Amino acid sequence: MSVRPAPASPDPVVSAPVIRRLPAFRTEGLPMLPIAILVTLALLAVFAELIAPYNPEIGSLSQRFKPPAWIAGGSTEYLLGTDHIGRDVLSRLIFGARVSMMVGFTAVIIAGVLGSTLGILSGYLGGWVDQVIMRVTDTWLALPALTFAIFLAAIVGPSEWNIVIILGAVYWTRYARVIRGEVLSLKERDFVRLAIVAGCSKWTIMRRHLLPNVANTAIVLATLMLGVVIVSEAALSFLGVGVPPPKPAWGLMLADGKKGLMAGYWWLTVFPGVCIVMMVLAANLLGDWLRVKLDPQLRQL
Amino acid sequence: MRRFVLRRAAYAALSLFLLSITIFLFVRVTGDPTVLLVEPGASKADLEALRTELGLDRSLLVQYGTFVRDLVRGDFGRSFYYRTPVLELYISRLPNSLLLAAAAMVFSLLIGIPSGIMAAVRVGGWWDRGGKIFALLGLSMPSFWVGLLLILFFSVYLGWLPSSGSGTALHVLMPAFALGWYFAAAHMRLARSSMLEVLGSEYVKLARLKGLPEARVIAKHAFKNALIPVLTLAGINLVLMVNVAVVVETVFAWPGIGRLLYEGIAFRDFPVVQATVLLGGSMIVVVNLVIDLLYAVIDPRIRYER
Repeated sequence: MSVRPAPASPDPVVSAPVIRRLPAFRTEGLPMLPIAILVTLALLAVFAELIAPYNPEIGSLSQRFKPPAWIAGGSTEYLLGTDHIGRDVLSRLIFGARVSMMVGFTAVIIAGVLGSTLGILSGYLGGWVDQVIMRVTDTWLALPALTFAIFLAAIVGPSEWNIVIILGAVYWTRYARVIRGEVLSLKERDFVRLAIVAGCSKWTIMRRHLLPNVANTAIVLATLMLGVVIVSEAALSFLGVGVPPPKPAWGLMLADGKKGLMAGYWWLTVFPGVCIVMMVLAANLLGDWLRVKLDPQLRQL
Repeated sequence: MRRFVLRRAAYAALSLFLLSITIFLFVRVTGDPTVLLVEPGASKADLEALRTELGLDRSLLVQYGTFVRDLVRGDFGRSFYYRTPVLELYISRLPNSLLLAAAAMVFSLLIGIPSGIMAAVRVGGWWDRGGKIFALLGLSMPSFWVGLLLILFFSVYLGWLPSSGSGTALHVLMPAFALGWYFAAAHMRLARSSMLEVLGSEYVKLARLKGLPEARVIAKHAFKNALIPVLTLAGINLVLMVNVAVVVETVFAWPGIGRLLYEGIAFRDFPVVQATVLLGGSMIVVVNLVIDLLYAVIDPRIRYER
């Protein structure tokens, strides 16, 4: 534990310790485990074509239900075994990282942008705008998230992009609630009053003065939400209303794996689940760390 | 008190109204609802008949009127697959869902409360640290994967428990554990923080000053009061469990509401899906209202606020 120098001194002479502090700040206290997991998964997702040994969507039936390499009957050709139509599990897991990352991050961003915007509007404008937005938020929060998502998926049909939009539509309410509360207290603060006196328009105040101040909260929420969204995507795919086959999504792999479960083909169930848990765990750990770091007010949540 | 009840009831009514309008609009805005509401493979004449019945040529307002009128009468449409009114199906599955939820609740409380209390009594100890890891895992492991692992271990390898279906007490064990797993972590967290708060309060200090043995202070004075928030949350979670069990019920082929919803998707039985969403949302709105009112009965301060 090193003692940090006093922050942001206006004296230019003090710039040296600030520079020295940077590398120390980078390594110390950063949650290495979740970052390592997320970076690994992100690299796998980006370079899937280069890393994966096989095409994830094409298998050979003669090679079906091969166990992992270290089990009797397995071969080093298929490190983690093959599934019910002879596709390589490892390759599908690697490409699955791409699906999870893509769906997870995009849905979280859509929900975050929508929810933060509505939360700021609701909190700052007040009056009937607030009433309308908050009543809708309350009602949508009352809908069980997964059931609501299934209902929407049943209407628009399963596809990778539809899932993103559906999850965005289901989860924006979580942001709107919290951000509105934040704005309610921020708008009584002096810097907002001064901005009003200075003649800033409502839009300028919301964009320049409120948005930067709720950004921390939104980022923390987004990180914590990432895990929820990834589990939801896996659940929807598992039920057959998420990412459509033969795409290699982890939830879909679990659904396929269930076919071989009673026969004892455990690798089809264990490996995709481990991937989901690792990613969600990493998101939750990072979210917890960010919460403490960025937003002391959220510590109680 | 009367004003409070009226206002809360009005809020709940407004929520139900918004709920119905949300579902109504989503079905109609995204395309032609007849495609969803008519059976697959229906004839042109059937399509036309449904169009006039839904009044699709008339204004949205009139259509919404018919929609709500049917809902109030308890008419949620007929299931394509089972060929019976959806509401009957829903009610026939409800006891199974409640049974599963109750069993899962027992699991989650049996694990959550003692471990939360022990973590609070020895903050920072090994139990507390282990509990933190458990809570984190509980929140990160999807319930359906836990279910699949349970099947793998207890049904496939050990052959002790039936992997799917219902009927005996043995059938309930695994789905209840899979469903209660997530909630156990949540209950543990709350039990811990609630116990910590109580342990810092004046009456616990007084009990200690009186010279009571520590075990008695915790068991008699702190425990009961720490339990209140946990049990409140458990009440809300019980309703939630009925409505989030869809994946667990699918894994274990448990014939509850979640399984009904899954069949709704699998057989493209849209009236079933729509009814499950509407009834699930309504159930939660009503339970929230009941809890608000109960709070007001218990705690007068809430009645007079605002």
